[in-house]
Amino acid sequence: MFSYCTDPSALSGLTWLSCYLTTGKHMAFYASFGTVLLLLAITAPVALSFGFFGAMAARSRLLPLSWFGKAYISLVRGVPDIAFFLFFVIALDQAFEWLRHQVKCPDWDAPIRQGNDFVVCQAAKLPLGNAPQWVHETYGFSLAVLTFAIVFGAFAANVLFGAMRAVPRGQMETGEAYGMSHRQTFWRILVPQMWVYALPGLSNLWMVLIKATPLLFLLGVEDIVYWAREMGGSKTPRFTDYPHGDWRMWYFAALLVFYLAFTKVSEIFLERLMKRLSHGQATTGGEAQRKAPV
Amino acid sequence: MNKLILTAAALALGAGAALADSHSVVRMGTEGAYPPWNFINDNGEVDGFERELGDELCKRAELTCEWVTNDWDSIIPNLVSGNYDTIIAGMSVTDERDEVIDFTEQYTLPDPSGFVVLAGAMLMQESGVIAAQTGTIQAAYVASTDWTLVEFATPEETIAAVRNGEADAVLADTSYLAPIAADDDTLDLLDQRILIGGGVGMGVRESDTELKAKFDAAIMSMKSDGTLNALITKWEIGETF
Repeated sequence: MFSYCTDPSALSGLTWLSCYLTTGKHMAFYASFGTVLLLLAITAPVALSFGFFGAMAARSRLLPLSWFGKAYISLVRGVPDIAFFLFFVIALDQAFEWLRHQVKCPDWDAPIRQGNDFVVCQAAKLPLGNAPQWVHETYGFSLAVLTFAIVFGAFAANVLFGAMRAVPRGQMETGEAYGMSHRQTFWRILVPQMWVYALPGLSNLWMVLIKATPLLFLLGVEDIVYWAREMGGSKTPRFTDYPHGDWRMWYFAALLVFYLAFTKVSEIFLERLMKRLSHGQATTGGEAQRKAPV
Repeated sequence: MNKLILTAAALALGAGAALADSHSVVRMGTEGAYPPWNFINDNGEVDGFERELGDELCKRAELTCEWVTNDWDSIIPNLVSGNYDTIIAGMSVTDERDEVIDFTEQYTLPDPSGFVVLAGAMLMQESGVIAAQTGTIQAAYVASTDWTLVEFATPEETIAAVRNGEADAVLADTSYLAPIAADDDTLDLLDQRILIGGGVGMGVRESDTELKAKFDAAIMSMKSDGTLNALITKWEIGETF
């Protein structure tokens, strides 16, 4: 990157380090922090909406819908994340391709399952075999978001389901006494009040989600843990201009700092949010705020 | 978010319109952590013996190729489910693997496996702890002996296990171990060699006979004009044909 970096073996100290830390490989490492942050930024709201609809379904008065919601929550919660990631993503990908295959290649006569192979016609491939690499990466990333959202959505659904039941019954009755319909009490009384009960559980989930991002590499997305492991490994002079010993400890220490800083910032933010949500609520937190001297 | 979903959906649907003949782009799956076979260079690109070999093969077979890295653990399942079209990752041809995928013509001779130990240490013939990468022929071999096997996901970690004393020795391809032992005074490559497995070939899906034929022809042509041997010598992969 810098002009003096042409012969790194002649450099030492900080100049060497400045060249080392700006190699193309390190740039990919820095970019992967962006990937992780982007994944979190997209997954969190999607998972929350999955959770919201899951909880709504679970407490529905329509029996089949309620069964569906409850089955979703307990099925996904019961399966280990890593098994879910390995199985589900491949299954999801194959399901998409199978659907496209049915639509696009109706006169295909060869079987789709040939022994171990899953063979669909070229037009049904997802992404197409000739698509550029970034399309494959975006597709892998979208699958990752969807899988994370389904897994964490189930946990969020359980938290929200509990939170909806934690809102004092008297609040709903008051709404009903004012002549509100079931739908109105739900949206105007229950939903605004439930967050204060849901937040402790949701903030836990957020913390777990932050730490679950290394699962990304199972889906072929090169995340920060992959790069740290790759770059920390010892490098012999034959294959790199920047040979070094086993530096994984330093790279993982950098990740540690990143994760700790990130969770700390989240904690501060969540605490503020909790304060805001408690305002005027019939909880101990809200009560404490009411009694506090102004 | 919506924009991303929409873009992804648009790509998925729109791309279908541009129907291309099969394999206009061949995706080459590799591990990227096994120098000199394949590794990620300073620029973050796949490099090594198999990178050069693969690029030359694609040129001869008149294919456009693209490189993809994947964990060694899941490298076969991802080929079978179609995430890429070939495995070119120093994978020895074995009967177990051949049941699941097909291999092209072999592009290296069998590489005897060697042991790396801490400098000055001896290998216990009966009760030693041997490190090997998960899912390799070496791991399968150690498991069938009296030695205790410790497995690691990446080759790098197997070496680290010897350095920190977790394992007494690491068993891997000699071509991988030799440069490491040569550059590190604290490690020794023992003279003892064990011949396990066959040569190395490219993995393709069993249903992909057309692609296999193209690569077979390209490998044969590189063998006959000596370019393959030149590459093997350049990267110190082992015996030449």
